[in-house]
Amino acid sequence: MSAGGLAGALDLVTRVRGVRGAMLVSAADGIVVADQLMEGIKGTAVAALAGSLAGRLGRAMSAAGVGDTLFWHLQCSGGALLVVPAASGILVVAVAEPEVNVGLARLELMRAAQAVG
Amino acid sequence: MPDDIKALSAQLARDPASLVFLRLGELLRQRGQLDAAHRVALTGLERHPHLADAHDLYARVLADKGDYERAFDEWDMALRIAPGHLGALKGLAFLYFKVGDVAQARAHLEAALRAAPDDPSLVQAVTLVRGGQAAAAASELAKERTAAPPPPSPPPLAPAAAHAPLEESRVFAGLEGAQEGLLLLDASGRVLGGALRDPGGHDVSEPVAAYLAGVSQEAGRSAKLLGLGTWTGLSAEGRQGHVHLAQPTRDALLLVVRDRSVPMGRLAIIAQRAAQAAHRWLEQQA
Repeated sequence: MSAGGLAGALDLVTRVRGVRGAMLVSAADGIVVADQLMEGIKGTAVAALAGSLAGRLGRAMSAAGVGDTLFWHLQCSGGALLVVPAASGILVVAVAEPEVNVGLARLELMRAAQAVG
Repeated sequence: MPDDIKALSAQLARDPASLVFLRLGELLRQRGQLDAAHRVALTGLERHPHLADAHDLYARVLADKGDYERAFDEWDMALRIAPGHLGALKGLAFLYFKVGDVAQARAHLEAALRAAPDDPSLVQAVTLVRGGQAAAAASELAKERTAAPPPPSPPPLAPAAAHAPLEESRVFAGLEGAQEGLLLLDASGRVLGGALRDPGGHDVSEPVAAYLAGVSQEAGRSAKLLGLGTWTGLSAEGRQGHVHLAQPTRDALLLVVRDRSVPMGRLAIIAQRAAQAAHRWLEQQA
């Protein structure tokens, strides 16, 4: 996918009110593929942690018999981290305010994941 | 009694919209025919979703089947429809006794007594709980709740028991899925309580706990790096089910797993209740 295509996928997510930034992360090694983050967010570190967290969670969910992860949502006192794994092994990640419409953000993350392939 | 059931069934068949399902469902429940009672109550509830008695009946059946979470929701709904509903107040008091929350049980019993001051079993139960005999009050309520012998269920927690160390298997006593969909683990991935079974019925507690070791620290670090404060929960949607992770204490992690019929929001509420139970249990172990 072209750089423009990746940016377009991220645009789907960042236009949701309350989303502070979004990035595409390689699930296998936690490397940032593309990002649209607000200044001050350490994208590379967050990507590494998100990749690792996704791996642990995915293995636990598989062992628990609930199948592949479609979406996960880390709730925090000051906001949220929302993640949808794409079929290609890319994680579509959004960093959001506490007031974000999680349902809408989830839908846009899924659209972005489909666009990424 | 079978004749009563036959007669009521025939009456309901002639007029499916009638309220006779309330008597039929209760009779089946009292006779221990819980699957039949469940069908009758659920069909009645579908026809009469705004009838508090229908929610009360359904809750009674669910409670007898050990599905306390949904029974709680149904009695809660009955109270929303009809504040002061006697059956719902008694039912909720019964469930609060089961999880050892004597204060809430007492509050619901007293509300029930205000609604029915001449009810002898309520007078007795309230007198007992005010006198500190919560276990006896719970027993009185259980006897009163079922005209037939009560179904086998874990004994209600008395105040003394609530403060005594509980054995491992009791950490989620009274909560739905305590031995198949609730798992408490420490930061090293060791199982502390509860159990988890996969859809095939196999115990997967230990491998799942092992995979989740370190999740708490990684979630905490991610939240800190992003300036999001502290993490409070992690929900995940899978192809065949939903999971929710919570942190009842700094060193423990709670996992709740349900199939996809349980929405993520409801799962978070179930996890919150289970986390409170786990927190109390962990404090007692300390």
